[in-house]
Amino acid sequence: MSPSSIHLQDVTIAFDRHPAVHHLSGSFVPGSLTAIVGPNGAGKSTLLRALMNDLPLASGRIDRGHVMPTDIGYLPQAADIDRRFPITVGDVVLLGSWRQAGAFRAVSEGSVSEARRALSSVGLTGFEQRLIGTLSAGQFQRVLFARLLLQNAKLILLDEPFTAIDARTTHDLLQVVRRWHQDGRTVIAVLHDVEQVRAHFPQTLLLAREPVAWGPTATTMTSDYLMRARLMAERWDETAAICDVPDQSAA
Amino acid sequence: MTVYQLFILPFVEYGFLRRALIACVALGLGSGPVGVLLMLRRMSLVGDAMSHAVLPGAAIGFLIAGGLSLPAMGLGGLVAGLSVALLSGLVSRSTPLREDASFASFYLTSLALGVLIVSLRGSNIDLLHVLFGTILAIDAKALYFIGAITSITVITLAVIYRPLVVECFDPGFLRAVAGQGSLYHFLFLFLVVLNLVAGFQALGTLMAVGLMMLPATVAQLWARSLPGMMLTAAATAAVSGYIGLIVSYHLGFASGPTIILTASVIYGCSLLIGPSAAMRRLLPRPHLTG
Repeated sequence: MSPSSIHLQDVTIAFDRHPAVHHLSGSFVPGSLTAIVGPNGAGKSTLLRALMNDLPLASGRIDRGHVMPTDIGYLPQAADIDRRFPITVGDVVLLGSWRQAGAFRAVSEGSVSEARRALSSVGLTGFEQRLIGTLSAGQFQRVLFARLLLQNAKLILLDEPFTAIDARTTHDLLQVVRRWHQDGRTVIAVLHDVEQVRAHFPQTLLLAREPVAWGPTATTMTSDYLMRARLMAERWDETAAICDVPDQSAA
Repeated sequence: MTVYQLFILPFVEYGFLRRALIACVALGLGSGPVGVLLMLRRMSLVGDAMSHAVLPGAAIGFLIAGGLSLPAMGLGGLVAGLSVALLSGLVSRSTPLREDASFASFYLTSLALGVLIVSLRGSNIDLLHVLFGTILAIDAKALYFIGAITSITVITLAVIYRPLVVECFDPGFLRAVAGQGSLYHFLFLFLVVLNLVAGFQALGTLMAVGLMMLPATVAQLWARSLPGMMLTAAATAAVSGYIGLIVSYHLGFASGPTIILTASVIYGCSLLIGPSAAMRRLLPRPHLTG
């Protein structure tokens, strides 16, 4: 199976007809490590959800190549996870083996030891029996990364994974991201820390509803482009006319 | 009066007490775990709403059968409860209304309709039976009915346990890996309705939910893990049934309310002495070194 890129062709995603992502074209090369940067309301999370096939497109299309829905690992921004639910850390991580175990099959010994290793590699050795309610926010984020490790996904989407996470945890989890990159997985992360992006992410998509720049981080994260992204109008224009750029994906 | 006479003899002497006890144990086995999940999904009051929603169906069954007939009323209740569950789900998915709001409007409609239907035909006594149940009148047929529902509940829960738990705890993840969460949500609501229908012959439509939610809250005060909570809830329901029947027998109280009040007393005691309860806050223990 030859790896293929994820192509976006003139993608527009709208809420109530107002575009949140507007005419975005480009591709994520297999094995690339891309940061999506932009102001609040720039459509970054929206784009990730569209890549997950969780949102309908207003126009354009997304070609995921050989990536099946089950090949995607997704870490939402503020996951609607009930942190007080009586479930152990080990069980949460084991959910990452859903592709093997599914809803009804038994969980294999292999998955159990894999979960133990995943927990160790995010620095939570021996936490299997702890209830998630006893964890700090940073520890819980580590658990979610361990679950992603177990999912063995080809495409990994991270939505602001390091927001409200301390420096040490961020450092550890960035090591995990680097490992995914070395494994040849495609990783796309929404981030806000410009220094972090420059240091760790080779590719950047600068998004301000419209794409501002997309390419190697050194050429996209310039002060000129960043300023342009910052000038994005936050408010919807209630009187906006119908956008009549022809849909190029139909051609 | 000896301990034997006090606690065992009534059940030896009277078949209706034995049947009532078995009904309580069976109800607890099914309703307990369902109640725990309902509570963890923050849907405690939805159980209450559902129990009201069952009424018009039971009432129509009552009218068609021309009296208190468990199969007819049970089937009617099942249909009515499921319709309300499906309609509320549909409304909350297609309008900005949240699920609890649509549940509230549907169950109030349903309750009014139910009381109206019963009052058209039956006497006030019949209405009381439907609303508050007649646990001492449970016969062998009703017992099979309750037992069947408990078996279906326990088996279904065992089969869909994993997706159901994931759907409770991280619905986004289930949507991402498996695509459909609402299937399990509706299966679960089906179990809720089924258990309320099982409970209403014994405790009436209004109090059937008591044996579902009170043991569940008790369980949350004592147990830490989900299986632990389910076991605690089932045991609490069974113990409430036993003590409630004994007390109502010796003191001549109505059985249904006494059983629910017993569960309430257990809840009150758990609030005071349970491991995560009020007493522990009042008597602080020294903290550990790490």
